[in-house]
Amino acid sequence: MTAIPHDDHAHHGPAKGLWRWVVTTNHKDIGAMYLWLSFAMFLLGGAFAMVIRAELFQPGFSLVAPEFFNQMTTMHGLIMVFGAVMPAFVGLANYMIPLMIGAPDMALPRLNNLSFWILPFAFLILVSTLFMEGGGPNFGWTFYAPLSTTYGPPSTVFFILSMHIMGASSIMGAINIIVTIWNMRAPGMTWMKMPLFVWTWLITAFLLIMVMPVLAGLITMMLLDITAQTSFFNAAGGGSPLLFQHLFWFFGHPEVYIMILPAFGIISAIIPAFARKPLFGYASMVYATAAIAILSFFVWAHHMFTVGMPFAAQLFFMISTMIIAVPTGVKVFNWVATMIGGSMTFEVPMLFAIAFVVLFTIGGFSGLMLAIAPVDYQYHDTYFVVAHFHYVLVPGAVFSIMAGVYYWLPKWTGNMFHEGLAKVHFWMSFVGVNVAFFPQHFVGLAGMPRRIPDYPLQFANFNMISSMGAFLFGLSQLLFMFIVIKCVMGGKKAEAKPWEGAEGLEWDLPSPLPYHTFETPPEIK
Amino acid sequence: MSSSTHDKTPAYYVPESSRLPIAMAFTLFLLAWGGAGWLQQVAGIQENTSGVWIFSLGMILFAATLTIWFTKTSREHMAGLNSEQLQDSYRQCMKWFIVSEAMFFAAFFGGLFYVRFFELQWMAGEGAKAATGMLYEGFEYTWPLLVNPNPEAVPGPQEAMHWTIPLINTTLLITSSVTLTFAHHALRKEHRSGLKNWLLATIVLAVIFLGFQAYEYYEAYAHLGLTLDSGIYGSTFFILTGFHGIHVIMGTIILIALYFRVLKGHFTGPDHFGFEAGAWYWHFVDVIWVLLFFVVYIF
Amino acid sequence: MLKRLRPLSLLAAVFSALSLASSGALAGWETNMTRGVTEISHEIYNLHMMMLYIVTVIGVLVFGVMFWAMFKFRKSKGAKPATWHENTRLEVLWTVIPLFILIGMAIPATMTLAKIYDTPDADVTVKIDGYQWRWQYTYLADSPDDEVSFFSALSTPRFEIRGEAEKSEWYLLDVDNPLVIPANTPVKFLITANDVIHSWWVPDFGIKKDAVPGIINESHTTVLETGTYRGMCAELCGRDHAYMPIVVEVVEPDEFEQWLAEQRGDTAAAGSETLNTAGQ
Ligand code: HEA
Ligand code: HEA
Ligand code: CUA
Ligand SMILES: [Cu+2]
Repeated sequence: MTAIPHDDHAHHGPAKGLWRWVVTTNHKDIGAMYLWLSFAMFLLGGAFAMVIRAELFQPGFSLVAPEFFNQMTTMHGLIMVFGAVMPAFVGLANYMIPLMIGAPDMALPRLNNLSFWILPFAFLILVSTLFMEGGGPNFGWTFYAPLSTTYGPPSTVFFILSMHIMGASSIMGAINIIVTIWNMRAPGMTWMKMPLFVWTWLITAFLLIMVMPVLAGLITMMLLDITAQTSFFNAAGGGSPLLFQHLFWFFGHPEVYIMILPAFGIISAIIPAFARKPLFGYASMVYATAAIAILSFFVWAHHMFTVGMPFAAQLFFMISTMIIAVPTGVKVFNWVATMIGGSMTFEVPMLFAIAFVVLFTIGGFSGLMLAIAPVDYQYHDTYFVVAHFHYVLVPGAVFSIMAGVYYWLPKWTGNMFHEGLAKVHFWMSFVGVNVAFFPQHFVGLAGMPRRIPDYPLQFANFNMISSMGAFLFGLSQLLFMFIVIKCVMGGKKAEAKPWEGAEGLEWDLPSPLPYHTFETPPEIK
Repeated sequence: MSSSTHDKTPAYYVPESSRLPIAMAFTLFLLAWGGAGWLQQVAGIQENTSGVWIFSLGMILFAATLTIWFTKTSREHMAGLNSEQLQDSYRQCMKWFIVSEAMFFAAFFGGLFYVRFFELQWMAGEGAKAATGMLYEGFEYTWPLLVNPNPEAVPGPQEAMHWTIPLINTTLLITSSVTLTFAHHALRKEHRSGLKNWLLATIVLAVIFLGFQAYEYYEAYAHLGLTLDSGIYGSTFFILTGFHGIHVIMGTIILIALYFRVLKGHFTGPDHFGFEAGAWYWHFVDVIWVLLFFVVYIF
Repeated sequence: MLKRLRPLSLLAAVFSALSLASSGALAGWETNMTRGVTEISHEIYNLHMMMLYIVTVIGVLVFGVMFWAMFKFRKSKGAKPATWHENTRLEVLWTVIPLFILIGMAIPATMTLAKIYDTPDADVTVKIDGYQWRWQYTYLADSPDDEVSFFSALSTPRFEIRGEAEKSEWYLLDVDNPLVIPANTPVKFLITANDVIHSWWVPDFGIKKDAVPGIINESHTTVLETGTYRGMCAELCGRDHAYMPIVVEVVEPDEFEQWLAEQRGDTAAAGSETLNTAGQ
């Protein structure tokens, strides 16, 4: 590495061996690393979920102690949110956005690699807390004070600092994505010509920049409460445990949209491709995404209906939350309208996309029910909420990621995946996810609180069904891993455009992609 | 400079592979890991962790990596590798970074607002959750809060911080924003000596500010009983002024670095992104202070 | 434990259960929210059902159209793709119609919310304190000497939890000292906590209120029917969060007065015998 690179730098291939991945500045390398990391984290977080479901298979103290169960719940939530879903979307953004807008790379390639490499270290710290004295975080992924401050385990400090660097990574990644989109579009790639995945990521990155620093501020206050006896969340000194929740959810609610907006983008690419018809209502899709993002700043206290807010506040947050159904509905209707009049085929990416539309909408419906403040008194902190967010996150966010992976895998690797096995993977996942999470609505409504390792007998039947569905779903993800690895190793050669109806700049490039693309900007009609 | 060469370079400079990111990520790992161990020790949660050493090592490596990184980018810049477009990317990047910093402070301002206008009112038996007053016999809401809701558990400070020194500090910082703007104008007009002197003046003002701030902290701890653990007033006071102070220190370091680059003859009238970014950062720190001055010291 | 197996597939079970609503409150296949025993809980239940019906209808419509499209516009059936991709009138329509549906939902929800916030003058005031991991109930009185206070903790034996014995009917839902309140009388609860956040929840009353250390939340109820009502702590509060149930005995007012008078005699005794099996 010389201080001043030579002129023909851009024509070098990748460095050799493993070192290539460590020092790379190439958006495709970095995107791939994000995706692999995220998949590893998905398996880890999923393994934790398997512990949860095994313990809940039947009532009683069956497998793990309550202390450990709480750590599993917490780590499962944290790892899935910050380790699986977010990095997967960032990985797809890295890989695809420069291709979609005709840019040679991300705007700031070295910063990009830094954003990635922080993450393995952050998760190393986070996971290592499980082996520390007193165990890892055991206060839920929402880590409410004072359970996490005054009553937290010693490792909480490690948890906080790992979150700090993870947040730094997210902010840098988001800045990079925004600047790339803003500044690196090929001539002629006007705003309203950008693929929706690019649009949704632009808005997601904006959300990240707005809320990750608030999370950083919040955990900094926690850190001070723990180590310097400040009183932010301590009522005796004039602070407030509720302040914690307001700050957390100011971050937390936009965070859940961070996990769904890019999914909308992926689905908006896949449905038109397999319906062979342009996306219906492109402009309204863009406006709806923006509307969802803006509204997401004003709804946070719908997670706090039971903390005892004044009437006016309850009403405000109830109504602002309900309004989000309108722009989200626009999206769902547009997808359906895209299908009408099309010429559809149902390859695996499309199957996942259709399942997404149906199951995400079901999750959205339960979200809307949760938004009704007086009824949320009965739903809050029960398995009904768990069912809600797994419907939007698993067959929502995770299915969209899988759809995207199947859609772009031929482009990335130059090989087709095994269509038959992938269909098996889809159907197993589809059945598994519903068997696992639909019954959770029932036990939730019947009164089962969340975050409990043991439960009264009336919830036993559905919990057993739910666990069986979860095991099926988990098992089918091993099949997914097999399919992806098999495809990376070889297979039927993929054409430049393996899907007949696919649109976008990425399909003009050969499969597999050359190491450098769009060194001179493409022509955009 | 860049304008003369950048027709020949490809439209956008994509650097070769680089060892800097992994080095930086590793230093952040050391900072987080060591920092956590060290803080555990400070808080008495864990004894004799080696945290402080790991943290210090991380700090040294962090500073070194950062220096190398910036040196490298400024060299690339001088070599004319940075197209107009790339410079624009840097500029936008800096702007969004400042937005994120603003949101970081917003969390603290929001916290202060919440305790003052909701929480403490309830504790004093007013407002929507007036019943809370039952728990705090005789507690009254005042700001600055000298008697905490539970004074036995958390004794409050004896005195509130007075606003005279902060007022001086406000003047200092506003002046420094002005001198920096003068320096910027001088740079645009290629007045090298004006640039140098105004930049130096800014640095001097910044250092005086920090001196006063240090004195204020000393006063708070030595005479006012205003400490981190003296309840919510101390907590919010120190987190806001403290993080602002850290930003002033970083800003001052940036200004000093810019000064040395100026001495070396870097920056030209039309092309001085490094200077511009430093100046934005400084103005941002000033704006935060003015807000903070009113919210923390006056109202 | 009665287990009523319904010979229905999972999905059908939802709909059947909706109509059978609150029958067999404790069957292992219970799928729906309780109607409860207060005016508020009835209203909440009705709102819940209203929401459920509306979203089910919307779902059937939207998915119906989608599946119709999936069958009609298949390439294998020779469908030729159209090229239209916009229709302003349609787009406005499906922005405005949901908006009206939402308004239709918000109005009754707001009315119920207002009713919940409309506090009646209470005859009985109970202060509820959450502890790791038990509840303390204090019946407030004008003079501190007349106050009655006791702890209420899980009474399910450890060996049932460990699986060394058959689990009893009210496994994890039994306490040593239940809260006792009068029926058909407004009761006020002042809810707070001593250590971490807990949440006091009795589904049949339609009350769930967080118990936040350092803050008092108010809630109130008028229970229409006597009986025993059970709930669980609903906010993660540490190791034994699953093991701090709530049991409320609702009795006739005169019976309540009698009970309270008895308690006034020996508060101290009632308080001391409550060492938590799971919590210590
Ligand atoms: C990807 C993540 C994601 C998404 C997209 C959503 C979407 C929504 N969520 Fe969800 N939510 C979570 C993740 C998510 N949520 C998580 C993780 C939690 C729990 C956190 C924790 O406590 O651990 C949670 C919790 C949560 C709560 C708090 C519950 C409680 O703790 O008591 C509430 C309450 O209002 C809520 C509401 C909503 C609403 C109204 C939407 C809306 O955006 C949904 C809008 C979509 C639709 C409505 C469907 C499509 C629309 C149509 C077909 C149009 C026509 C429809 C009508 C007019 C009815 N969510
Ligand atoms: C994107 C986020 C995401 C995702 C993808 C998931 C995925 C899953 N979640 Fe997740 N979950 C959360 C986010 C997510 N969850 C959050 C935020 C919480 C709240 C935490 C809290 O309360 O603080 C939560 C809480 C939560 C609970 C409630 C815990 C409690 O309240 O105590 C449960 C219980 O069933 C559960 C189950 C599952 C299951 C079965 C999956 C499955 O989809 C996982 C499937 C994947 C695998 C299983 C991995 C692949 C397979 C292997 C590694 C091989 C091993 C396989 C076998 C042995 C069969 N989750
Ligand atoms: Cu107390 Cu959960
Ligand atoms: Cu939310």
